[in-house]
Amino acid sequence: MKKDTVYEVRTYSSTSISKLSKKLLKHVLIVTIGLGMLYPLLWLFSSSFKPNTEIFQSNSFFPQTFTLDNYKQGWSGLSGVTFGKFFANSFFIVAMCIIGNVIACSMAAFAFARLKFALRKMWFAIMLITMMLPFHVTIIPQYIIFNSLELVNTYVPLILPKFLAVESFFIFLIVQFIRSIPGELDEAVKIDGCGPFKLYIYLIMPLALPALVTTTIFTFIWTWNDFFGQLLYISEINLYTVALGLRMFLDAMGQNSWGALFAMSILSLVPLFAIFIFFQRYLIEGIATGGLKG
Amino acid sequence: MNKLKQAWRNNWVGYLFLSPWLIGVLTLSAIPMLASLYLSFTSYDMFTPPKFIGLDNYATMFQDAKWRDSLRVTSMYVFLGVPLQLIFALAIALFLNRGISGLRFYRAIYYVPSLFGGSVAIALLWRQLFGSKGLVNSFLTTLGFETKNWIASPDTALYTLIVLMIWQFGSPMVIFLAGLKQVPIELYEASKIDGASKWKQFSRVTLPLITPVVFFNLVMQIIGAFQAFTSAYIISGGSGGPLNSTLFYTLYLYQKGFTHFQMGYASAMAWFLLLFIACATAILFLTSKKWVYYQE
Repeated sequence: MKKDTVYEVRTYSSTSISKLSKKLLKHVLIVTIGLGMLYPLLWLFSSSFKPNTEIFQSNSFFPQTFTLDNYKQGWSGLSGVTFGKFFANSFFIVAMCIIGNVIACSMAAFAFARLKFALRKMWFAIMLITMMLPFHVTIIPQYIIFNSLELVNTYVPLILPKFLAVESFFIFLIVQFIRSIPGELDEAVKIDGCGPFKLYIYLIMPLALPALVTTTIFTFIWTWNDFFGQLLYISEINLYTVALGLRMFLDAMGQNSWGALFAMSILSLVPLFAIFIFFQRYLIEGIATGGLKG
Repeated sequence: MNKLKQAWRNNWVGYLFLSPWLIGVLTLSAIPMLASLYLSFTSYDMFTPPKFIGLDNYATMFQDAKWRDSLRVTSMYVFLGVPLQLIFALAIALFLNRGISGLRFYRAIYYVPSLFGGSVAIALLWRQLFGSKGLVNSFLTTLGFETKNWIASPDTALYTLIVLMIWQFGSPMVIFLAGLKQVPIELYEASKIDGASKWKQFSRVTLPLITPVVFFNLVMQIIGAFQAFTSAYIISGGSGGPLNSTLFYTLYLYQKGFTHFQMGYASAMAWFLLLFIACATAILFLTSKKWVYYQE
């Protein structure tokens, strides 16, 4: 009996050592894969501080001569328009899209989740279908409409659709969230004599704040990364966004100023990275529960 | 009477809240959809009125070698890239799933490429990575392998785009992790007592229970991949080259509709794509009854 216990203790300690080394191996592996994946990004970052001649000549990861010239040259932009202008344009579009999405999508979501009206189920089904619809079947007539209204080369085609809740993913997300808010609260507010408008503004909206934050974050990312829409509707350089500015850089400069291109690429990723740092929880939850594309 | 009035009033309020979406769905989705269906039967260049030509656009399309290339390239990208990406996402998710400290940190790190991946900046980076003087080649040189310009070669250009898609495995991974969390731990303990190997545990317990998540990821990623544009546009400089090897369907549609102004033809392409995606999704849904396991 006593022998048995001793034996047991010994196996326990030896397995715990092998367990520990297994665990360590796992961590090493995860970190290695992670570093391998992030390496291109790190390389982009370090190259943005190298002189052009060094970027492709030396194999060293860290810059041998550290320079901010790429950032200066890149920021000065092209044809007299600076990258600052492109950033301002992008931020303006993003801000308007966020306002549009939050207002329009939350209104529709409130209607679907809390109000009763004729054909509600049918409209809800249509909303779900539009979530899956490829944009190709609408983009050509949309372009024709905006063109005939002389709205090409303005931001209206990029912003207006958000005020009309076209990104129905967010409606769905907010509907799901509002449904999780207990209905007794509504009743209490109704007894106090509040109508649907007050219910929406003073009760549902504040309680649905997490869903609205998720909407804001994903609108930011999607709009910031959008290229197709901006390419389609914007051709005047004064109206260029960061994405269009980068593409123009690539075309105009070609092979000999990768440094400036890299520097501006890094800057274009900074807002996304900031969101990632500050709103990570919302990002991860948005993907995990709403299936939103990151 | 009173009841009727109540119903009317509720309708009024409901439709008021719904009105932005309703206007949007009518003017930006439903009407444009019907309009593009009509345009697909016409020849239209935006400057002269559309001319009805019946099914000519569709007939031309099936004869168009470039269109066939774009469909082939896109199908390769979708049906090879998405499964690879999901396998990778699932493998990492399984690896991260149980009993590892620092899960939140690792999950965040692996998610970063997904966040950046759709941007022009990353497409530019990719163009450099796989270029003749790029990072990939300098690695291969140090390892003593042959180098080539991966972007400029028609045999490999598409694979660089597929690698870019796989690199963005972060968001399906996050969804897998959420799914794996739902698998009751007792099942693992039970299967352990039964002496099941790790592989058996995965194939008999884990995989069946997360098939709904696999299915969800598959549908969403396939629909998304069909619409890919930015990476191919930036990497090929808008051409879809070399030799149409990166001519994504969306890119060809863009060229036809908005640089050649063949809007009737482009509309026909759009409707074909809609039906193609609808079929692919329908097949997935139909076969899902065979392999997706729903609890309860």
